[in-house]
Amino acid sequence: MTHGYARRYGAVVTMPTDADTSSDAALRRQLHGLPGVDAVGLEARAAALGTRSIKTTAKAYALDLAISMIDLTTLEGADTPGKVRALCAKGANPDPTDRSTPKVAAICVYSDMAATAKEALVANGAPEIKVASVATAFPSGRAAMAVKLADTRDAVAAGADEIDMVIDRGAFLSGRYLQVFEEIQQVKAECARPDGEEAHLKVIFENGELATYDNIRRASWLAMSAGADFIKTSTGKVTVNATPPGTLLMLEAVRDFRAATGRQVGVKPAGGIRTAKDAIKYLVMVNETVGEDWLSRDWFRFGASSLLNDLLMQRQKLSTGRYSGPDYVTVD
Amino acid sequence: MSTPEPRLPVLKTYKLYVGGKFPRSESGRVYDVTDSRSTWLANAPLASRKDARDAVAAARKAFGGWSGATAYNRGQILYRIAEMLEGRRDQFATEVAAAEGVSRNKALARTDAAIDRWVWYAGWADKVTQVAGGANPVAGPFFNLSTPEPTGVVALLAPQRSSLLGLVSVLAPAIVTGNTAILVASHEAPLPALSLAEVLATSDLPPGVVNILSGNTAELARPLAAHQDVNAIDLAGAAPELATELEVAAADNLKRVLRPTTDTDPHTPWTADPGTSRLLSFLETKTVWHPIGT
Repeated sequence: MTHGYARRYGAVVTMPTDADTSSDAALRRQLHGLPGVDAVGLEARAAALGTRSIKTTAKAYALDLAISMIDLTTLEGADTPGKVRALCAKGANPDPTDRSTPKVAAICVYSDMAATAKEALVANGAPEIKVASVATAFPSGRAAMAVKLADTRDAVAAGADEIDMVIDRGAFLSGRYLQVFEEIQQVKAECARPDGEEAHLKVIFENGELATYDNIRRASWLAMSAGADFIKTSTGKVTVNATPPGTLLMLEAVRDFRAATGRQVGVKPAGGIRTAKDAIKYLVMVNETVGEDWLSRDWFRFGASSLLNDLLMQRQKLSTGRYSGPDYVTVD
Repeated sequence: MSTPEPRLPVLKTYKLYVGGKFPRSESGRVYDVTDSRSTWLANAPLASRKDARDAVAAARKAFGGWSGATAYNRGQILYRIAEMLEGRRDQFATEVAAAEGVSRNKALARTDAAIDRWVWYAGWADKVTQVAGGANPVAGPFFNLSTPEPTGVVALLAPQRSSLLGLVSVLAPAIVTGNTAILVASHEAPLPALSLAEVLATSDLPPGVVNILSGNTAELARPLAAHQDVNAIDLAGAAPELATELEVAAADNLKRVLRPTTDTDPHTPWTADPGTSRLLSFLETKTVWHPIGT
């Protein structure tokens, strides 16, 4: 399985690979059959992984890696095409004073801005940057199924390379797991393009609303079994967003899922990660939990907006030896 | 009758003042502060460059609010600080006497001079704009008005020997006009500066407007002089060789630099009438052209 530094601190947590997904009752039996989460142990482990000191060349590597993993995000009611274009220009060339700065992984916008973003990225000479579009009545997920599917279809048609869907937390919390499962499958089907390609599907749990670690573990397994390419912590729209313990739990889930099924799933913490220090803590957690296989933009992303500026300031500090300031990065 | 047990004095833990809070140094270090006869007085925190970095971030955060406050409001807050200083006159006199090795009376006189100077600068809050700004005559149908605006975040190296009067003389003129400050206290005599922090914290001064660090002046001054987010630096407490080095480092982002006065008597420059030169050092002039009529 994993190699390098990644060590396992417990037995593989898994559902049967031939899980019966024919009914709510069967799904519930399997999801509730997952072992309960040791909350104290999880939090202690996450806190311990946050104490590593990453300096000099390792820090430079971590900063560049973190920049290359950012889904640069603007999800405001006040988003304009101009703002999205500015964000694309920044993502394509984060630090105009230093051309060695890596590009971000993706630009994350609402579905009506996906076409604008796609165009702007091509215009900025960075077609390799993905366009991620939120869909399925983001952020609440409260809409009729037909509306959610239409939302997804529009985003895919507008050129989105990745779809960030939210699960129906109401259905999940009231135990209608099959509904959530089928919803993910249907959205996944909408991600297919006529040319045979398909948009990657990220499934947002909104950990802050799931209330317990057990629920996060169940949601992870449910989404991965339903075909998610990425699992994502939160929308960034509620008080509790990405937390180190929640992300660690999801990393353990993707690790165990790959051990059980052979399929690799990515993880995206989003919301509340604002400093380079926090980002590096997450990278340490990835390396120590799932190993180097996940240490790339293909398998780990940060959903963030202000994080990029702090990473750039830290990068400038490393290269010049002088503390940088907000005057030396773009304010958006 | 048995003699009463002698009372154990409660010693004060001196701490830094950053962003309105009193943290220990991030590095966990302290150093011995002694009086002029090398008797131990207290442990002061030995701040690191990361404390300096945090202080700059706090000062930057406070700048918008402080520079945007009305001059009247800033003046009132500075008067309030003077009132608090007056209430702690004895404490400061004791600290000054120990730090500077002078008699109680002389220390009291220096403390009073410091408080008076603070009041004097407080009065400038709503007057400096009229004195340093004005209406310019121009050959055209325009009102042309120049107004002084604060420079931004200012790093102040407090004088090494005048522990309170010198300190007040560099701090008050910088903040009264709306700048926010990082003050590096005298290395040998930091206690009056660290006690001043307690006065500032209880005087309605918004957190972060003044941040006080104690420690090795050169160790703190170098990152501050090189910091891209510091707009000006006052080298009052820097030795000549260090001052030159800092001036070079400060050139990179075109910081305003105020050079130290080279006076051999440690007290002369601070007891004399300060004039407005320090007050006007950390100001930028904004000029607006406004069409007449229409």
